[in-house]
Amino acid sequence: MFDYQSYLRLDHFPLIWCPGCGNGVVMKSMLRAIDNLRLPRDQVCVVSGIGCSSRLSGYLDFNTVHTTHGRALTFATGIKMAKPELTVIVVTGDGDCTAIGGNHFIHAARRNIDLTVILINNLIYGMTGGQHSPTTPSGSRASTAPFGNSENTFNVSGLAIAAGASFVARSTTYHAQQCDKLIEKGIQTPGFALIEIMAACPTSFGRANKAGSPAEMMLWQRDHAVTPQRAEKMSPEELQDKFTIGVLAENPRPECRAEYQKLIDRVRAEEAKR
Amino acid sequence: MTRSSRPLNDPNRRRPPRLLTGNEACAMAAIDAGMRFYAGYPITPSSEIAESLARWLPTVGGVFIAMEDEIASMGAIIGASLTGVKSMTATSGPGFSLMQENIGYASMAEVPVVVVNVMRGGPSTGLPTSPAQGDVMQARWGTHGDHPVVALAPYSVEETYEATVRAFNLSEQYRVPVILLLDEVIAHVNEKVELPEREALRIVERPKPEVPPSQYLPYVDTPTGVPPMAPFGTGYRYHVTGLAHDETGFQTNDPKVIDAQLRRLHRKLELGRHDIVEVDEFLIQDAEIGIFAYGSSARSARRAIRLAREKGIRVGMLRPKTIWPFPDEEVRAWTGRLKAWLVPEMNLGQAAHEVEWAVAGRVPIRRLNRVDGNLFHPSEILRAIEEMA
Ligand SMILES: Cc1ncc(C[n+]2csc(CCOP(=O)(O)OP(=O)(O)O)c2C)c(N)n1
Ligand code: SF4
Ligand SMILES: [Mg+2]
Repeated sequence: MFDYQSYLRLDHFPLIWCPGCGNGVVMKSMLRAIDNLRLPRDQVCVVSGIGCSSRLSGYLDFNTVHTTHGRALTFATGIKMAKPELTVIVVTGDGDCTAIGGNHFIHAARRNIDLTVILINNLIYGMTGGQHSPTTPSGSRASTAPFGNSENTFNVSGLAIAAGASFVARSTTYHAQQCDKLIEKGIQTPGFALIEIMAACPTSFGRANKAGSPAEMMLWQRDHAVTPQRAEKMSPEELQDKFTIGVLAENPRPECRAEYQKLIDRVRAEEAKR
Repeated sequence: MTRSSRPLNDPNRRRPPRLLTGNEACAMAAIDAGMRFYAGYPITPSSEIAESLARWLPTVGGVFIAMEDEIASMGAIIGASLTGVKSMTATSGPGFSLMQENIGYASMAEVPVVVVNVMRGGPSTGLPTSPAQGDVMQARWGTHGDHPVVALAPYSVEETYEATVRAFNLSEQYRVPVILLLDEVIAHVNEKVELPEREALRIVERPKPEVPPSQYLPYVDTPTGVPPMAPFGTGYRYHVTGLAHDETGFQTNDPKVIDAQLRRLHRKLELGRHDIVEVDEFLIQDAEIGIFAYGSSARSARRAIRLAREKGIRVGMLRPKTIWPFPDEEVRAWTGRLKAWLVPEMNLGQAAHEVEWAVAGRVPIRRLNRVDGNLFHPSEILRAIEEMA
């Protein structure tokens, strides 16, 4: 069996997460991916924002930063720019990344800075008690949408693709093995990588929407996720309540820190000639 | 342990004279102090700092990045500093407001950073191209909670250079965000300066752990109250958070631990107070009237003091180079020898409030305030002195 324990800060257990929460599934997948890539743990830096999902950083035995709400990508940008040899992974939630942190999200993707973003999309602000987020489906209930959410939602992966991310993928906690592979690919991508993982929040989203047990919520993921290949063959009506999973975009582009290094080298060479 | 964050080993070793603006002096000093990461978003009257650093940083192998806003800039410099790289940002009023949450994070997580705020007229968008001193209280209390902070307020271009080096020294030495409060006039005025030689600078680095990683406690109490700080990626794997935490850096709800940690954050500055707080005394030894002024207002006050002295009025100035922590002891010490204080400020009375508190009614205090975007004319201050004499 995979030795999770060696990567965990067990003194800080038990986890704060509710039973059945999807965050733990993502954490384990992330560890398998890191282990599979044989990354030296001193060189791994995990940065998170604020939210249930963002508590993940603290449980891992790497260089870890639990930042301010929405700002994980800004701290991570500073870390990567100042010390590019670190592998920087950002763990964030739908609220953290697409509401309060939305601006940083599109700009980090635009810069194509070499960060791997694991966005745990549970369709809700879990930590604060289940208020609706930019990804709460229209019509779904939340503590701030007692009559159903009347707003439109973000297509988060589409946003990252449009902004210029090098690698964009989506999966679910039901498809944990696929998550491993996608996270691995994301880390290996020299540029901005987004892995959006649909996860259950049985406590806040589940109860408000009568979504059933954590297991039932995962079966919902199974039944509503389709591959891009299958999606192509489906009618718009069939696709209405579905979402695609797998690699959604691969778009190799110049990476922010590497380009800046070229600039440094050029400027210094010119300076030396003078 | 004797500590000194003073920037000059030998004040007499100077470079040849040249003309420089405050913003340029600030950018040069930052590089000379070892700053190698700048993140910022442009705003008048601070933009020349960013423009200078965009040009100069790559030549020394440093990184300049234009962030999407000031919240991001503040986050980025904290991140960079965690890797062991001295980092800074520069802004003005509206941007300084946006930075506040992450400034609190830097206080709480004890990450050394330097934040330059070139004050302009406020509130809101206010007067973008006019000087003001309206952010003095914001520099102290802008972010929520009881947080430690240091703020410096230089009054000339040459002093801006030294204050910038000192800002880095203080932030490294005490692991605290340091705010450099300039104002529009000091930022933009072209002044003749004789900068200290680089070799004559005293450059301070943050305390590093002397124990192996297995024994490292990133938020441990020490005799100075400042815990050693390991850069990321060097074998010391630890957790950084803005949540109340124990000495390991992890969140805690233990009231005793929370109390001890928060008090340590303040104690470290109290222990260093005599290193941190710096004032300049100008003709105050025999004075009856004391002027308390800083930044551009102190320039007008100096002239007014000379004019008043010509008329035989005994007036002098106590000029804080460090405005936070507030030089209350120094104010109190002079109060016993004065008839009254005069506090000219380009705001509606911010430092005056602290002076009143320090003086505690022992002598009268007269406030002189301007919020119209103009500097004090020395004659205005002179008039007030004459009325008080
Ligand atoms: C500036 C600021 N505003 C609001 C909050 C309160 N807050 C904490 S977590 C959170 C929402 C988190 O939602 P999400 O990112 O989706 O994470 P989840 O808990 O669902 O994993 C909010 C609104 C905060 N900590 N800081
Ligand atoms: S509230 Fe939801 S997201 Fe938060 S720990 Fe519980 S189940 Fe997970
Ligand atoms: Mg969420």
